[in-house]
Amino acid sequence: MNLATSYLGLELTSPLIVGASPFCDNLDLARQLEGAGAGALVMRSLFEEQIDAEERALLHHLEASAESNPEASSYFPSFSEYQFTPAHYLRQLERLRATLKIPVIASLNGCRPGGWTDYAVRMESAGASALELNLYQLITDPAISAEDGEAELLETVARVTGSVRIPVAVKISPFHTSPTQFALALEQVGARGVVLFNRFYQPDFDIEELEVQPQLKLSDPSELLLRLRWLAIISPHLRGSLAATGGVHSATEVVKAILAGAHAVQLVSVLLKQGPNYLAIVLNGLRLWMEEHGYESVTEFRGAMNLRRCPDPAAYERSNYQHILQSWKV
Amino acid sequence: MPTPSADSTYTTYTTCDANEAVASVAYRLNELIAIYPITPSSAMAESCDEWAALGRPNLWGEVPQVVEMQSEGGVAGAVHGGLLGGALTTTFTASQGLLLMIPNLYKIAGELLPFTMHVSARALAAQGLSIFGDHQDVMAARATGCALLCSNSGQEAHDLALVAHAASYRSRIPFIHFFDGFRTSHEVSKLSLLSDDDLRAVIDEGDIAAFRGRAMTPDHPTLRGTAQNPDVYFQGREAVNRFYDALPGIVQATMDRLAAVTGRAYRLFDYFGHPEAERVVVAMGSSVETLAAVVDALAARGERVGLVAVRLFLPFAGHAFLAALPRTVRALAVLDRTKEPGSLGEPLYLNVVGALAEGRSTLAGSPRVVGGRYGLGSKEFTPGMARAVFSHLEAAEPRNHFTVGINDDVTGRSLAFDSEYDLEAADVRRCVFVGLGADGTVGANKNSIKIIGEQTANFAQGYFVYDSKKSGSMTISHLRFGPRPIRAPYLIRQADFVACSQFSFVGRTDVLRYAAPGAIVLLNSSFGAEETWSHLPREWQATLIEKKLRLFIIDATAVAQACGMGRRTNTVLQTCFFALSGVLPQEEAIKQIKKSIEKTYGKKGEQVVKMNWAAVDSALAGLREVTIPAACDATAVLTVPPRYPGASEFVRRVTARLLAEEGDLMPVSAIPLDGCWPTGTARFEKRNLALEIPAWDAAICIQCNKCVLVCPHAAIRAKFFEPAALAGAPAGFLSAPFRSADLPGRRYTIQVAPEDCTGCSLCVQVCPAKDKTNPRHKAIDMVAQPPRLAAERAHWDFFLALPDPDRATLDAKSVKGTQFMAPLIEFSGACAGCGETPYLKLLTQMMGDRLLIANATGCSSIYGGNLPTTPYCSDQNGRGPAWANSLFEDNAEFGFGLHLAVDQRAATARGILGRLAASLDPRLVQALLGADQSSEAGIAAQRSRVAALRQALEPLQTVDSLRLLALADALVKKSVWIVGGDGWAYDIGYGGLDHVLASGANVKVLVLDTEVYSNTGGQASKSTALGAVAKFASGGKATAKKDLGLIAMQYGNVYVARVAMGAKDSQTVTAFREAESFPGPALIIAYSHCIAHGFPLHLGLEQQKLAVDSGYWPLFRYDPRLADRGESGFKLDSGPPRIGLDKFMANETRFSILRHVDPARAAELGAAAQEQARRRYAHYQLLASPPPPPPAPAAAPAPTPNPTP
Repeated sequence: MNLATSYLGLELTSPLIVGASPFCDNLDLARQLEGAGAGALVMRSLFEEQIDAEERALLHHLEASAESNPEASSYFPSFSEYQFTPAHYLRQLERLRATLKIPVIASLNGCRPGGWTDYAVRMESAGASALELNLYQLITDPAISAEDGEAELLETVARVTGSVRIPVAVKISPFHTSPTQFALALEQVGARGVVLFNRFYQPDFDIEELEVQPQLKLSDPSELLLRLRWLAIISPHLRGSLAATGGVHSATEVVKAILAGAHAVQLVSVLLKQGPNYLAIVLNGLRLWMEEHGYESVTEFRGAMNLRRCPDPAAYERSNYQHILQSWKV
Repeated sequence: MPTPSADSTYTTYTTCDANEAVASVAYRLNELIAIYPITPSSAMAESCDEWAALGRPNLWGEVPQVVEMQSEGGVAGAVHGGLLGGALTTTFTASQGLLLMIPNLYKIAGELLPFTMHVSARALAAQGLSIFGDHQDVMAARATGCALLCSNSGQEAHDLALVAHAASYRSRIPFIHFFDGFRTSHEVSKLSLLSDDDLRAVIDEGDIAAFRGRAMTPDHPTLRGTAQNPDVYFQGREAVNRFYDALPGIVQATMDRLAAVTGRAYRLFDYFGHPEAERVVVAMGSSVETLAAVVDALAARGERVGLVAVRLFLPFAGHAFLAALPRTVRALAVLDRTKEPGSLGEPLYLNVVGALAEGRSTLAGSPRVVGGRYGLGSKEFTPGMARAVFSHLEAAEPRNHFTVGINDDVTGRSLAFDSEYDLEAADVRRCVFVGLGADGTVGANKNSIKIIGEQTANFAQGYFVYDSKKSGSMTISHLRFGPRPIRAPYLIRQADFVACSQFSFVGRTDVLRYAAPGAIVLLNSSFGAEETWSHLPREWQATLIEKKLRLFIIDATAVAQACGMGRRTNTVLQTCFFALSGVLPQEEAIKQIKKSIEKTYGKKGEQVVKMNWAAVDSALAGLREVTIPAACDATAVLTVPPRYPGASEFVRRVTARLLAEEGDLMPVSAIPLDGCWPTGTARFEKRNLALEIPAWDAAICIQCNKCVLVCPHAAIRAKFFEPAALAGAPAGFLSAPFRSADLPGRRYTIQVAPEDCTGCSLCVQVCPAKDKTNPRHKAIDMVAQPPRLAAERAHWDFFLALPDPDRATLDAKSVKGTQFMAPLIEFSGACAGCGETPYLKLLTQMMGDRLLIANATGCSSIYGGNLPTTPYCSDQNGRGPAWANSLFEDNAEFGFGLHLAVDQRAATARGILGRLAASLDPRLVQALLGADQSSEAGIAAQRSRVAALRQALEPLQTVDSLRLLALADALVKKSVWIVGGDGWAYDIGYGGLDHVLASGANVKVLVLDTEVYSNTGGQASKSTALGAVAKFASGGKATAKKDLGLIAMQYGNVYVARVAMGAKDSQTVTAFREAESFPGPALIIAYSHCIAHGFPLHLGLEQQKLAVDSGYWPLFRYDPRLADRGESGFKLDSGPPRIGLDKFMANETRFSILRHVDPARAAELGAAAQEQARRRYAHYQLLASPPPPPPAPAAAPAPTPNPTP
């Protein structure tokens, strides 16, 4: 049985990718994941704005009270000879590459053209097998149109793909008006693959204090449905790779995502909950399903349920909604 | 920065201050470095700690061990042990720190243990503390047996540090190598670095081997520290004489070796001046540089004057001294930078007199010798003062024991001097920069010095003056550049270039006084060139015209903001400085600035580099020259001089002049004799620091008074009052119906002091009252200060005049009730958003009218008692905290003594009252003696009784009645509080604190716990948390915070509380109340957020809440009264951790920085801290569980049946 898949031009031993997460910070965990059958590892995202903000904040706090008092010219040790975040990230990337046989995909998060190019080039130099750009755009300014926003994202991607030779995947948001068109546009500016979808952290309200509360929730399998639909819709049109991320918690979701057209699936939440060895269980589940259904390779069933090949394409479209509503009998 | 290097080719010029220059030698020549922070020496220890953390090797390829001790006494012990153990050992200290080492210095010298301690010499605390430079500390160590070697400049300090170490190893005599605190320790200058090879050439490996060979070891067992009897002790003391006899020769030989290697020659006594001088001054320290310049100037005019610079002060080599004097000398003035009251003279004078008396000199005659004092506490020593000394020697009968630099109008000992006398060389560029603390001005200037000093052939000098405020302080940088080494250790008075980084200083401080005629002035102005002129006050306009100054402006704030640098205008102004001053060609200057930015920030963040580069590029485009008209604008306003309404005669005569920066002109007679100053003076400062102040929306306010509670500066207050009191209220004065069922019909007001608020916005952060339709708007919002200033000033004055509520009627158990009590600490110089002062304010509100405070040295003593003003003040009855600072280490004992005295006075008063009972109303006597003073009402009643007693005593006129009259106030309850930071309580003062708590005495201790030595710049204490980065714990503290509360609880009779006002203010109030009522020792440990934690302090209360919610800082109270009743005395006032510790730690730079510099260690320490927090909470839960019931009494033996009759 052949579990191998091609993703972004990389040959993966399995379609299970460890998504952007803190697993990459620990070489032992990364080794365990590789041993459990991971096809590739995406490093946690280097947040471009966060890097800038952190650098500025750190410098601000280190210098904020400096040179204002005769008894204390500063309040922290001098760190002139230490290195800050990106350097550590790159060093860890080098270590992962030296430790693992599977591809290591570096990840950048941001939305504006800016320091991305520099970081991307350095990630390439540090040995990244590929890059995953995590486009996190939240337009709050009413003067900015969807078109403007997408144009900015495309420019960002174009700059990165134009500056590196390694393949670049783009992780997008589900909230584009025409995700298919946007995915194709990404391909046109050089992206070798698209990852569906970004998970936005939704703030909650505290109704006692009238405060906004940011929160982080791990995914659950119900989130896969949105991905399935768009994988199925986009996959017939895209020449490059597709990956699903968000809601893949067992072999069932892996199978579904591949059936919808994914070249690979990314797992994070379930591994955070169950531990790295759970990946072997998922992979085994995939193997069992393939055996039971007589598939020799992953490529055989990839896209079998996409919009072009599935038995009931209307089920993906708006009529599905009408159908469900009408079938609801009181 | 002269970081020590193993690279032997490292000989080049660098720019640094003497602290760094000395540390670079000491680090390379030692294996064990014991440290403790004290100003102005801390930087030497910090450098060594950082180099060790980076793994820098010493001369022998090993990384020295750097260990922080709990006090300088501890350091001295560790040094002693290290030396006996055979480790090359050093340390650094100053002032009181050196005093604490003295006992061990006798031991070290007595045992002929060679080592060198480097001292940035500093004044001692006497009538007041001074962090500044003089020689009182080192002179107090004269008798220890240590050699005293003095350096007079940064280069000398660097060179003689090596001489001291080498001579010590050779001679076996310990050395105190000293240089002037601040003036030398902090002056940045260009100096030539000693390479490792230079060090090797001067240090004798044979001496080192011999030292190591004497190490204590069981392989060759020996005994030291014997107790000696009268038969041999004396001989033992005399046995070392030959070592001291040989020492001057060894030092000179070592200096000669240094000269052979570097070309820089030193003598034990160096003579400068006319070869046939008649008038000679003897001095040591930085004054030598000034005196030498004056000697050169006078000798060039043909005056026969000279100078002997003393380097080896002890042992005082009399013959060498006499040999240094020209034969022609007729009169000698010996200058001491110290004072020894009652002595025949100061130490250098006495040594010179002794040398002349006992030496067989070759002098032509017997010169007249006079001694003089100068420069105490960093008092300036200028060329004018130096010349005055030479002029004084011209007198037929020069006054002995004179002073110079002050106006002694009491004993008339001071010399007159010409304050205008100037020796500045024409080819030396002099630049003065006036900046706001932390706006980057000083850092940029240090950087400019580096550029000019290291990239050009010019020599450079920088000295930086700071005021004593921790918020809104002013910095003045004095920079000189010139073709020759700069020998001018005094402030610039006539600058060619003057810059001012804040337009708000215009009219508030006399920036232009530094400008020489024709100078260039650079001002940060948001106005255009023409507009700026019209915004200048008349004095500025007149000075600009009169001195023919050229004025340039740049909107540095706008440029900085546009480049994303916020309000840090340093790069912009630095670029303009180079453009205008012409010290470097413009293109070269810009290249160098950019290069230096990259060097400084390159590893810290590319964006930061880019921002700064952008600021450099944008700076010049915005630079404009203001055309100076021929005359002042007719409409230009005159600066209104400050007024002091309601101020005492003393405040007007003294404090006002100190505030006007005229302290140097104050005569001796104006200064209190015994260090006793009036309180209530901070209110006259009106510092106007806040750009924004809180505005109150009475309609939304729920009248919780939390804003009042948390204000660090008592700049927002609440009152309730009868509606009639509003008569005459100024327009716009706000009030609302008072929400009180008990006091219906009253009005309520929240009022801000607009000129005293620092704009920290803690009040807004804590305000729980939100506009329900627009939650962004609260009952307190920050609004721009300038448009509201005039109105709010009037409102504040009216508010102050409203009557304070009767304390006896207030609910002292509630947060709200306490906040109607007048705060008796106000408008301190503490940091904006300070986490300490709200606790002190609460203390003064709850018991300020009967409060005595013993305050350990530290932040709280600086914002509490640093002249020119004090924030402690009195209530409307004239009562308020009586405050004193003794030392750092002794505060618990000092407070204990105060308590004993208060008790004694009360006991004496009660005793006399008892004896006089027959002559007085027995009911009054009984009531006085049996008074319940546990409440405000009870205390008020007792005060009334004391008033009645006074009346009754007046006519008696007996010995007892007169004594009781003087003591009657002691019958009213007093409260003695011992206040200090964690450096004191956990480290240096812990032994005393432990003893006082164990004594059972009724004293209260408030520990303002910032978890670092905040005042000296954030060094780790035993209170520092596991995982926190601090100076002396650069790699993150690997051990847990000491649980001071738990330790104190072990005594069983100590009330202990751990509080965090931002997390649970009601618990804080309860703890203060319970501590006060507890009839024994009480300890409150108060979580105090601090700038040394590295986060925006306006979020301090949120961080306190996270600290508690994460289990970082569990709240508890332990009350022995409950334990005595069989209950668990321990009340855990915070629930189990609700969030991970990382949520709290991630917000503070002290924790988060480790993630950036060493992620693996950050993860390891973070996990350890989390586990430690879990265990501690579990332990507290155990303590809080009900105690097991007492065991049932043992079964009584079965009664023997008693036959019933």
